[in-house]
Amino acid sequence: MVPESYYVALSAILFCMGVLGVLIRRDPLVIFMSIEVMLNAANLALVAFGQRHGTTEGQALVFFVMCVAAAEVAVGLAIIVAIFRQRRRLSVDELSSLRG
Amino acid sequence: MSYVTFFLLAALAIGSAAGLLLRRNPIHGALFLVINLGTIAALFLTMRAEFLAAVQVIVYAGAIAVLFVFAIMVLIPGKEETGPDPLRSQRLLSIPVVAVFLALVSVVVGSATLAGGAKPPVPGGADAVGRILFTDYLFPFEVTSVLLLAAIVGVMALTKRRA
Repeated sequence: MVPESYYVALSAILFCMGVLGVLIRRDPLVIFMSIEVMLNAANLALVAFGQRHGTTEGQALVFFVMCVAAAEVAVGLAIIVAIFRQRRRLSVDELSSLRG
Repeated sequence: MSYVTFFLLAALAIGSAAGLLLRRNPIHGALFLVINLGTIAALFLTMRAEFLAAVQVIVYAGAIAVLFVFAIMVLIPGKEETGPDPLRSQRLLSIPVVAVFLALVSVVVGSATLAGGAKPPVPGGADAVGRILFTDYLFPFEVTSVLLLAAIVGVMALTKRRA
């Protein structure tokens, strides 16, 4: 059995790659995918911690994270499509109309 | 044997995340994301979380990845992220920032004592997870259904074309 700390380390690396994706990419779709990578890294850590503590509760929490992620992706993609309809361009740097 | 499996899956997960970061075409990114989600499901399997592995494949690799590909097909503006980057210096700055962040996280994770001896593996089948979902976590489970309903209504309100 691989120790849980290996899984937590992998989860930290994946999470940081997700952060990097959010910071360096301009396409909102790719930013969304990076957020999914971050959520998955958190899920991995949750399951590893649950295994370490000998409870199933970590897995129940992962289940809820997946539900929230599904809702978030649906609403987020709808917002992106709505923005695209108005602007015909997709770049997060240009979406500054809320700025005063 | 289990170490070999773990490191193979870890390399695949990190490699596919790097592919998502580096490829300019969002459809390639979506395919790398599918690989990444699949390896996470396999990692769940190696931790005996069979139910979560199945849910991961169905929800993420099934529903969410299809949603992404669908959105890319609707929006496809040919090539993304071409042309000069007006914020290039800020973007380059994000690499050391993330490196510092990773160092911080590894310090925290490294100092956290994952104490306690090896416990017997937790059962992760639909039996165990379902039991806890429908007893201790019944209320959050029901709230989740309201959340999904709100998401459905919100998506319909957002994407409906106004006449």
